[in-house]
Amino acid sequence: MTVPTGPAVRVRGLAVSLDGAEILRGVDVEVAAGEWVIVIGPNGAGKSTLLRAIVGLVPSAGDVRLFGRDARRMRRRERARLVATVPQQPVVPPGMTVFDYTLLGRTPHLRPLGRESAADLAVATRVLQRLDLTEFADRELSTLSGGERQRVLLARALAQEAPLLLLDEPTTALDVGHQQEVLELVDELRRAGGLSVLATMHDLSLAGGYADRMVLLAAGRVVAAGPAASVLTEELLATHYRARVRVVPGDHGPLVVPVRPASAGPAGPAGDARM
Amino acid sequence: MTHPSPARLRWRWLVSGVAAVLLAAMAGLWLGPVRLPPGAVVLEVLDLVPGLDVDSGLDDRQAAIVTRIRLPRVVLGLLVGALLALAGGCYQGAFRNPLADPYLLGVAAGAGLGATAVLSVYRAATGTAAVPAAVPPAAFAGALGAVTLTYLVGAAGGRDRSPATLILAGVAVSAFLAAAQTYLLQRHVDTIREVYSWLLGRLAGADWGDVRLLLPYAVVTTVVVLAMRRELDVLSVGDDEAAGLGLHPQRSRYLLVGAASLGTAAAVSVAGLIGFVGIIVPHLVRLVAGSSYRVILPLSMLYGGAFLALADLAARVVDTPREVPIGVVTAFLGAPFFVLVLRTARRVPV
Repeated sequence: MTVPTGPAVRVRGLAVSLDGAEILRGVDVEVAAGEWVIVIGPNGAGKSTLLRAIVGLVPSAGDVRLFGRDARRMRRRERARLVATVPQQPVVPPGMTVFDYTLLGRTPHLRPLGRESAADLAVATRVLQRLDLTEFADRELSTLSGGERQRVLLARALAQEAPLLLLDEPTTALDVGHQQEVLELVDELRRAGGLSVLATMHDLSLAGGYADRMVLLAAGRVVAAGPAASVLTEELLATHYRARVRVVPGDHGPLVVPVRPASAGPAGPAGDARM
Repeated sequence: MTHPSPARLRWRWLVSGVAAVLLAAMAGLWLGPVRLPPGAVVLEVLDLVPGLDVDSGLDDRQAAIVTRIRLPRVVLGLLVGALLALAGGCYQGAFRNPLADPYLLGVAAGAGLGATAVLSVYRAATGTAAVPAAVPPAAFAGALGAVTLTYLVGAAGGRDRSPATLILAGVAVSAFLAAAQTYLLQRHVDTIREVYSWLLGRLAGADWGDVRLLLPYAVVTTVVVLAMRRELDVLSVGDDEAAGLGLHPQRSRYLLVGAASLGTAAAVSVAGLIGFVGIIVPHLVRLVAGSSYRVILPLSMLYGGAFLALADLAARVVDTPREVPIGVVTAFLGAPFFVLVLRTARRVPV
């Protein structure tokens, strides 16, 4: 395989229409090598569609380059060796063990109709060790908890050994502890392995704490992009999320705190009522 | 480095599968209206092996019963059972649907209609019976038409369809094709007897000609499906993710369904409509040996063959000297089993 060079992702003027409805228009996104970019935006803004367009799962217009190469002219196997995706709602195959599921990540490295070599088994084993999943190797995927399952999804993606990782709302189904655990893990892997990461997220404070740069998508267009502090502003969030929030500085990025709109009237004695 | 073991075909399963095939074959050769000593039967079969020359002690008539009546019938039963079980497992993986089966998807009915069309139209046109070699291609055309129709009708249910939707579509398509077949038969009454005896499943009267007819199709189906068995495992994570792993899921699906339908059509051509093998066998294998198609498919072939050879034996002996149609035997076993699968299939996400 040629050594990947150039920005991991460079999207210019991306447009996607599905069933006649315009989902994305004129979208520019760039992820430099080793960078973590997080896409935020209200429901239906087109975040997932953006990821799907990058890996060619939906037809799109515009320029999509992965490590400097035209993504549309790559063969699927080739692309699968460059990009690994952790889907938002994965299909959990009944009866499949964690180890076999992780091994599926080796698919783009196998010869067509071939089977896994000892080296492939070793990669899967190493990834499971890395993610503290060794004890789960023989367990059926469907018996794991949400947090464990999310780690296994990550394991399959890492077994692909692709330099670019796409995460579609990796934390949505998790409690706050597991959210942090997964994101810390991704950050660690990114620093250790030189991974580039493009993720979509709903939790703005959490996103702000991990992103090198953020992209705010609204109604299919990029309305802001840059460091967390320039994207997570009260004005932008009010405009595009129709949300009343207060943004306060935190240790690793701005913290976004929802507040009740003043027009809703005082909350009454609720604060005291609990006493 | 030591690592956890992946899903692989274990020796003990393979050995027990081969043992089941041998046992079923042995029983099929040995039991019947004419009693023969089992040792002599084994020797007689070994005598057929090129280069081996053994004296079984059977007289010519007894030897003919073994080599020209019972052996082709057993071999045909093994091949048909193996193909139907393989096709069932393949459909289940390709459609990600635990209820899929050549019978329930309407594939068998389509093959039946194709075969009936060629049998009756040929006879009407020429006054002579159709050459047997013309039947499998016609059955294959019917099978492909049927599975396409079922898939399209089932897909009309939209994205949130359940496993049952595809099967309901298969039932509707089967009913439609069966009606078309009945219509065809009414127009060509002279072939009714010929077609009906075959419709209910027929291994009786099997000869080496049937085996020779089936064999090339069986080889093609087996090679294609077994070569793609890892792809079936990848398909189990869904089309989007399979594509993300470098596959062309729809292309793989067409190829797999085409191969399974070819095998089904060939099996129907020589043995008629034999239901439920494709659902019973892969599910039992799955229970014992796990969910990987790399394990399920080869084992399903072995156990499917053994199962059908034994079912044929039951068809021969339960009501001697008459024979029960083998399709009736498999349906007696299969229908209650299907209810069991239905009760557990709800847990399976699609």
